[in-house]
Amino acid sequence: MSIVVIKPGLLTTVQDLGRFGYQKYGIIAGGAMDPFAHRVANLLVGNEETEATLEITVVGPTLYFEEAALIAVCGAEFAPAIDDDVLPLWRPVWVKAGQTVRFGAAKSGVRGYLAVAGGFKIPKVLGSYSTYLRAQVGGFEGRALRESDALALNGINHLHERLIRRLQAIGQKGETHAAAPWQVSSAFIPMYSSSPVLRVLPGRQFEKFTEESREAFLSEPFIVQPQADRMGYRLQGGKPLQLAERAEMISEPVAFGTIQVPADGHPIVLMADRQTTGGYPKIAEVISADLPLLAQAPIGSEIRFKLVDMREAQRKRMMLDLNMRVLAQAIRLFAYQGGTP
Amino acid sequence: MAHFAITPLGDAAVTVELGTGIDPETHRLVMLFAAYLEDHPLPGMIEYVPAYASVTIHYDPLQVYGSALAQGENGAEPELADLSPYEIMELRVRQALGQMRMEQEFTPKRVEIPVCYGGEFGPDLEEVAAHNGLTAEEVIRIHCSRDYQVYMLGFAPGFPYLGGMDKRIAAPRKKTPRLAIPKGSVGIAGEQTGIYPIETPGGWQLIGRTPVPLFLPDRDPPTLLEAGNLVRFYPISREEYDRWSRTPK
Repeated sequence: MSIVVIKPGLLTTVQDLGRFGYQKYGIIAGGAMDPFAHRVANLLVGNEETEATLEITVVGPTLYFEEAALIAVCGAEFAPAIDDDVLPLWRPVWVKAGQTVRFGAAKSGVRGYLAVAGGFKIPKVLGSYSTYLRAQVGGFEGRALRESDALALNGINHLHERLIRRLQAIGQKGETHAAAPWQVSSAFIPMYSSSPVLRVLPGRQFEKFTEESREAFLSEPFIVQPQADRMGYRLQGGKPLQLAERAEMISEPVAFGTIQVPADGHPIVLMADRQTTGGYPKIAEVISADLPLLAQAPIGSEIRFKLVDMREAQRKRMMLDLNMRVLAQAIRLFAYQGGTP
Repeated sequence: MAHFAITPLGDAAVTVELGTGIDPETHRLVMLFAAYLEDHPLPGMIEYVPAYASVTIHYDPLQVYGSALAQGENGAEPELADLSPYEIMELRVRQALGQMRMEQEFTPKRVEIPVCYGGEFGPDLEEVAAHNGLTAEEVIRIHCSRDYQVYMLGFAPGFPYLGGMDKRIAAPRKKTPRLAIPKGSVGIAGEQTGIYPIETPGGWQLIGRTPVPLFLPDRDPPTLLEAGNLVRFYPISREEYDRWSRTPK
């Protein structure tokens, strides 16, 4: 018994929080482009946040549920439906056996995450479920989902069972499903936008850029180019960004959110499937807390950058991590005692 | 004079520079520091990545902060809790650099890699030879005549950045990159030589191919080579290549 892919969508892959410990071997970290939506989707169905989810991109899949499952969909708005009912986002939903979940085209944001209670029954490769498309390993057979793929599900635990029972008892019932009568607080969910302001820290070579380029970088808008994928987002600003002196760079490691500037002067933001090292000067680093905003920004978005300091960046990140723990507790509370998170 | 610098790489990584160039002495320090981190992982460290002249440590800020709070409770380093996770990492990196035994020798592992040169596996061998006024045999002999230093891995899983190629066999990249270079291809680009672990597009001059896999996702470590190894190529015939490829691994 499985979830069967009727239509695969544009790019639907299995992802988790990434493959760690192997970057020294040139193996990319990968993982969900929007780790926030991935983590929340998992927590809502009673999973650990490290469980595998389906990452759905721009145009979503159609999935047939051979067996009943507790799911949650977070991230972009794909106007998903269970048969003819609306599938609400950011909350746990009990899908009955024989139902079909259909995703449309993304309206707000570009990436959605579907978590299933217990997770997908696929092997880990080098400690992770993430699909490493270029090396064709990990995830579902090392590739994006195709028509007729069947995703087997793991068994469920006591927390999952309790959640399902609560939804059946008090959930909002459609013909086909039961959804929690609440959703994750909208104050907690990032506001997806096609003109986001991303907070950045200075990059390792920030000071090596001309004063004019540094000012331009922090004040002018940059447009997301069509070459924007899981590896990186190419941006186009006004004048090319320039180094004060042409200097030979030695390749060194990069991170999720590193903004590097190749010789043409147009920045590239490195995303989940970035290479482990890079040889271009790094003007800035997007702070962890703002990466979901970029992961959800469509092609043509107008990005602006705002400089913050390390204390603020790390405080935001730690608050986010602590809020995740609070959310996990709230879900347990709902499952075991009633009440709404 | 040694050069040390500790700077942030975003809000969850720190880069430790141990030199400024691509040279054996800097490489020795990079490998010693990587070995130190392997034996003494810093609290909250997720992984470390050695490069030509630096080691980058990826960390979890909340875990780093949590570990400092725990230390503070024991009265060991109570002031740590007032610092940001980055400042705590910086302090611990300084401690690690202070404790590391800088005079230690680093003894590299030597890996021999068989290569079937020329023919369909090395379509650019003649071009590389002609560019340098050599014969194909001379290019092969020179390519096999010395040890190459694996400075770091990157670009693709198990791809070694090799140092030490003889300038007499240097050749510019292809004007038009190939859309797919088969895995195992051995190539030259400028004064660099390298091996493609997986099929990928690229502009290198291809001089041969190895039957030995460089990326082994089912194994740990998952790559044939590691930073710090020495690589030596040796020529094999087409028959030996085919026999090697058929041998179950």
